[in-house]
Amino acid sequence: MSSDKPRQDIYDSTAPSTDTREARMGAGPDDRFNSKLREAFGASPFILTKFDQFMNWVRGNSMFMLQFGIACCSIEMIHTYAIKHDLDRFGAGVPRASPRQADVMIVPGTIVSKFGPRMKRVYDQMPEPKFVVGMGSCTISGGPFQEGYNVVKGAEEIIPVDIHVPGCPPRPEALIYGVAKLQERIRNGETSPVVVKPYELEQFGDLPKDELVQKLADDIDEEDLVMRYNWADSP
Amino acid sequence: MSTELERDQQETGVEVTEDELEALIGDRALRRDDHLNAPGFVIRPDAVQDVLFDLRDEGGFDHLSCLTAQQYEDRYESIYHLKKYADPTQEVSVVVPTSVDDPVSQSAEPAFRTADWHEREAFDLVGIDYEGHPDPRRILLPETWQGHPLSKDYDQEQPQVVTLAEHANPIQPDHHDEESDTMFLNIGPHHPATHGVLHVKTVLDGETVVDIDPDVGYLHRCEEQMCQQGTYRHQIMPYPDRWDYVSAGLLNEWAYARTAEDLADIEVPEYAQIIRTMGAELCRIASHFLALGTFCLDVYGDFNAVFQYSFRDREVVQDILEDLTGQRLMFNYFRLGGVAWDLPEPRDEFIEKTRDFLDELPAKITEYNNLVTGNEIFQVRCNDTGVLQPDVAKDYGCTGPVARASGIDYDLRRDDPYGYYENLEWDVITRQGCDNYARVLCRMEEVEESAKIIDQCLDLLEDWPEDDREIQANVPRTLKPDPDTEVYRAVEGAKGELGIYIRSDGTDKPARFKIRSPCFHNLSALGEISEGDFIPDLIASLGSLDIVLGEVDR
Repeated sequence: MSSDKPRQDIYDSTAPSTDTREARMGAGPDDRFNSKLREAFGASPFILTKFDQFMNWVRGNSMFMLQFGIACCSIEMIHTYAIKHDLDRFGAGVPRASPRQADVMIVPGTIVSKFGPRMKRVYDQMPEPKFVVGMGSCTISGGPFQEGYNVVKGAEEIIPVDIHVPGCPPRPEALIYGVAKLQERIRNGETSPVVVKPYELEQFGDLPKDELVQKLADDIDEEDLVMRYNWADSP
Repeated sequence: MSTELERDQQETGVEVTEDELEALIGDRALRRDDHLNAPGFVIRPDAVQDVLFDLRDEGGFDHLSCLTAQQYEDRYESIYHLKKYADPTQEVSVVVPTSVDDPVSQSAEPAFRTADWHEREAFDLVGIDYEGHPDPRRILLPETWQGHPLSKDYDQEQPQVVTLAEHANPIQPDHHDEESDTMFLNIGPHHPATHGVLHVKTVLDGETVVDIDPDVGYLHRCEEQMCQQGTYRHQIMPYPDRWDYVSAGLLNEWAYARTAEDLADIEVPEYAQIIRTMGAELCRIASHFLALGTFCLDVYGDFNAVFQYSFRDREVVQDILEDLTGQRLMFNYFRLGGVAWDLPEPRDEFIEKTRDFLDELPAKITEYNNLVTGNEIFQVRCNDTGVLQPDVAKDYGCTGPVARASGIDYDLRRDDPYGYYENLEWDVITRQGCDNYARVLCRMEEVEESAKIIDQCLDLLEDWPEDDREIQANVPRTLKPDPDTEVYRAVEGAKGELGIYIRSDGTDKPARFKIRSPCFHNLSALGEISEGDFIPDLIASLGSLDIVLGEVDR
């Protein structure tokens, strides 16, 4: 067919083709936009709700996750995002590479001393309101590595955690359940309280001047941020 | 140094006997300290370079497989495990004792580049100083760490301070050269393209990478300490799953199983070996699919089609592995002397399911080739980027697909046979490209070879007589290998040579458990392959090395 001539069906009639629409609507009045909910409201086109509740409902159904792979659990986390389990079905499947764009941080793995300050920094960079799902035993207690000299005994030592998903690693279904539970909490306006954690970022100069601090005084600047691990007090 | 080809020809013909080794090392050897796997020679700490150069150039031992550092009551010891790329069954251990008060040993870095990172690790964890080391920093633990955790007098309860070093301005003039206006860039530790928590300190000149320094240790989970605290029989086996956690669990478990079985002299029934071989190759397929998917993710960016395709196929493999082992990722399926249980009932169903997967595989590979390797943009991105020359690869101790894509014909499944591999028909894939493209192709072809192996294993399992399905050898409830037995054994993991060194002290727990991680070595070559390339090629090279941080940091 050469393109300089109009196609036959358009040539014959200039009326819009409505075959598809008619097939979908069927006979009778157009009720495509109706739903059970719409029927329940009756004639009124308004919903009365509290703004906060509305916001929480929206928040719970549109969560941007932080793309944050730490250890073994991140493989199962990727599987949860990927084709079979598809977390996106639950309104929570858009991984963002930048913490500035993320609402939810899934902590998928063991946190060790060197990574603790970095994780705290990433958490701090996320905008409020923010939520944390701890994935796997390591984020609960250190898991199988709990006795390690270098392992932080759970994510809750550093950041507040809303939902703990146990398992080593949890199955994707378990993570989806955890995320669904988090959505439920968000809809109800619940978050875990932000309290002072055992391990916080602080300036080196503010640490009590004990033996260790004096030893390190030459290497670390007064203003440098540090995290001090008191392993003896760990659970 | 002569060219690779000449060296290869030299080596394949030369078998160095123990007498020749003794003559080669001569009176530099203070005494013998033989290991189960290799003859061992004790030398003085100031003769390290001398001996290693001789072993490398005259003995042909061109592969520094591993460096184990450990502390005894009365001394420190560094053990250099040397092998040959041409024949890894030829091994020699060089043992270097140093005093407790002044643990200083000569650095082996001039002879083998890979000793650089190894000696940094030995200093970090055990506390031996290496004289003449070009870069004596900690590698796994933070710079401000106090003490050496695997040394005898370490107090785990003492507090530690870890800094969050900030760069006041990420764009600052490079201090190496006043003339140039280079830019410093942190990639990681939280970055989607670093496959975990790797931190690459990069200096850029425009878009060209001038200098990189991989900073590892953000996932240092004390795996060696954990294994030293566990009993041989059951408590160690779960940990190998978590080294290379990209579904390569069975391959890792095999490394421990092989080492411990050699140590305790356990024979594994043939039937169990076939199940092991099949399971391990399924793991290799899953692992290579992930490598392919994430590599494409790095090259194309964003969550894309290829990534989803590869995860679709991984799900199938994981389903099969779940049927076999009961777990999707952390299998804990091998036992010393065999496997935990037989194939799931009904057997026919399992075998049929696995066969279905194998039957569909060729079509899937074609699909990948159409999608990925046939793609012109992909080829432009990958050809001649991240070039790793074979002699450099050997110097850095690279193994696995990374080495094989540089033309090094080295595969422990064939060269140092274990399991059931030597009775099966399959080929070792090598490619001469040396670049990112070759590494991707190498992995994809290895998937096909693994499928061949699985197919043959299924045939064998199907026809195996029902009354002869022995899945476990008789192993004592408590294993106590003879004191002071030392063994270093390696298997071909998904990423390369995964080795384990164990020293027993007569108890039911190892006195020293050292892991030789292939990713650790492959990653150490990152500087060589990406300096001078553009920064997007650095990301591609990193992806094609296919590192897993759990195994790099251990």
